[in-house]
Amino acid sequence: MGLATFKGGIHPYEGKELSENKPVQELLPKGELVFPMSQHIGAPARPLVKKGDRVLMGQIIGEAGGFVSANVICSVSGTVKAVEPRLVVSGQMVDSIIVENDGLYEAVPHFGEERDYRGMYKEEIRNIIKEAGIVGLGGAGFPTHVKLTPKDESKIDYILVNGAECEPYLTSDYRMMLEAPEKIVGGLKVILSLFDNAKGVIGIENNKPEAIKKLKELVKDEPRIEVCELLTKYPQGGERSLIYAVTGRSVNSSMLPADAGCIVDNIDTVIAIYNAVCLQTPLIRKIITITGDAVADPKNFSVKLGTNYQELIEAAGGFKEEPEKIISGGPMMGMAIYTTDVPVAKTSSALTCFTKDMVAAMEPTPCIRCGRCVAACPSHIVPPMMMRAALKNDCEGFEKVNGMECMECGSCTYVCPAKRPLTQAFKDMRKQVAANRRKKA
Amino acid sequence: MSRSLNVSSSPHVRDTVTTKSIMYDVLIAMLPAAAFGVYQFGIQALLVIVVTMAACALSEYVYERAMGLPITVADGSALVTGMILALNMPAGIPLWIPALGGIFAIVVVKQLYGGLGQNFMNPALAGRCFLLISFAGKMSSFALDGWSGATPLAQLKAGQTVDLAAMFVGRIPGTIGEVSVLALLAGAAYMVYKKVISLRIPVTYIVTTAVFVFIFGQQDMSFVAAHVCGGGLLFGAFFMATDYVTSPITPKGQIVFGILLGVLTGLFRLFGGSAEGVSYAIIISNMLVPLIERYTLPTAFGKEGKKA
Repeated sequence: MGLATFKGGIHPYEGKELSENKPVQELLPKGELVFPMSQHIGAPARPLVKKGDRVLMGQIIGEAGGFVSANVICSVSGTVKAVEPRLVVSGQMVDSIIVENDGLYEAVPHFGEERDYRGMYKEEIRNIIKEAGIVGLGGAGFPTHVKLTPKDESKIDYILVNGAECEPYLTSDYRMMLEAPEKIVGGLKVILSLFDNAKGVIGIENNKPEAIKKLKELVKDEPRIEVCELLTKYPQGGERSLIYAVTGRSVNSSMLPADAGCIVDNIDTVIAIYNAVCLQTPLIRKIITITGDAVADPKNFSVKLGTNYQELIEAAGGFKEEPEKIISGGPMMGMAIYTTDVPVAKTSSALTCFTKDMVAAMEPTPCIRCGRCVAACPSHIVPPMMMRAALKNDCEGFEKVNGMECMECGSCTYVCPAKRPLTQAFKDMRKQVAANRRKKA
Repeated sequence: MSRSLNVSSSPHVRDTVTTKSIMYDVLIAMLPAAAFGVYQFGIQALLVIVVTMAACALSEYVYERAMGLPITVADGSALVTGMILALNMPAGIPLWIPALGGIFAIVVVKQLYGGLGQNFMNPALAGRCFLLISFAGKMSSFALDGWSGATPLAQLKAGQTVDLAAMFVGRIPGTIGEVSVLALLAGAAYMVYKKVISLRIPVTYIVTTAVFVFIFGQQDMSFVAAHVCGGGLLFGAFFMATDYVTSPITPKGQIVFGILLGVLTGLFRLFGGSAEGVSYAIIISNMLVPLIERYTLPTAFGKEGKKA
């Protein structure tokens, strides 16, 4: 039997060698810090401070605006300069709190003090995670306390830690697995203390043998935790692909992982849980990879949330060649940005800077029905049929061919020999269908 | 930053395989069969290949030029059509006939339906069938080493026995590209290795045909082997039935398609008027592709065992 994996998928150029051997370097912000009130899925947070207020490191400056929402925590100490809309990675203007850093890093009481979670009530632990502003740090940004509060917690039998990091060029999770594996195991034990029937599995792609070795060594005496070696294939780290690879259960678009007894958390999310619960440190930093062929010295940084991206690029030696495209995230699912004058947010993971935009050089041609997309699709759907519906803007037809099962991983578009913008069309259609459904509801 | 940055929807990387690289891979895969044809049937075979490919490329260029469409000759698809059509010709055919077939294939079957990706029949095969109907005599007079002779399947139909070893190498009368099993398998192996085709259609097609002629023909292994190696079945299964545009895109549909091809080929060969039936089987099955796809939509991930 081969390694655990899923059916479909692709093998894009990994590009991880640029930064995988660079230890995470701590970077302190120089300029002002920007804290958007919406860095998560759900209602935006409400600002709790106003211009002129003094704020401390670890202080809640934005309060969750509902159950599905998340607190925003100040990552430095200083003075609130303004509360105003600012540009974020997605290209939108989002209400943000702007803080002038005083460089003192004066923290709230008990910040960073060790704490024993054993003996705490489950509700207490969940509340700490909620207060700490933790969301899914793999990119989705779903509030973690909501995820950890399923309808029936006794039905959860798997806590999966997503260490696949299948997105090309990204190495932040890998570095953390090497540099802070005990925090990953510690965080996972905190989660397991919430779910009595669950076992913890850390899934890692087999292109990271060092990480696998390290974590296996660390969990060998942990009865409830194991490491699952995964085949290196994109999108192995997709939630549904990972669940299938590890447990053999399949989850469709209208299900939650919890419906299959699973909760999936990214490596950095688990570390954030450990920091919040065991070290009384809320979510105020993020591990970011600055990489790509345009960057002089690709690196992994640990930065305060709210830091301007330009400071990170400078710290990576700037550009050795002018970039043509800069992507927030990796090349498969990341978002191209038109300016680097944006803050690092909870869902940030990397900047991938390319000297050449490979896609712009390619002209889409007619579909020859070669079926490569069908073979690559991890959702087992038929992209050309979806595209036919999409080109006619036919929402009903799109749903009929299971278009809503698309996870927008981009595999079909990657393999398409005719270079057709499939994923782009599917994203539009999925948004439309979802909007229509909301209207009907 | 002095230059503005590009923005576009993800993904931001693409595979190196292009429509053009696929078409040229198919051409490369047909080279062994073409080379064997030229070696066996002489310079006349080479002329047929050159003229047919030129007719296809030229008619695509002229049509697109006349219609004010972008010129797509460089993508190689017209050349593939030309090569397939040429390999389906007897070497001794007057050159104007394959040229006419090429023009018909490209203009009528491919371009009039919207060009690359839009035709519902394999253009080369439709071209061949057009010629078979129009010039039946010239299209089915085969010669080897200056002697005209019957193809192995015609011999079988007449109740004679055939030389399997000669069929494997290709020392038999037939069309330029269909005769050598060895050369065809080499090309097929190349396409499978390059992941240009999957084995789903060709294997189901060949196996179904074999089973069909075994059941309804003779329960004799050399009879079955002759049917598998002869009559352009291998050429059809690997190079024509696998045509992307005119075969199902759904994996289950490809299996259904292969079975349908096998049954039709067997029917035509054993119970039809002519000794061969590959071309007609494929053309007819081409027309059923939309129907097959409709009923073989794969089950989406996570919807197994659940009603959608």
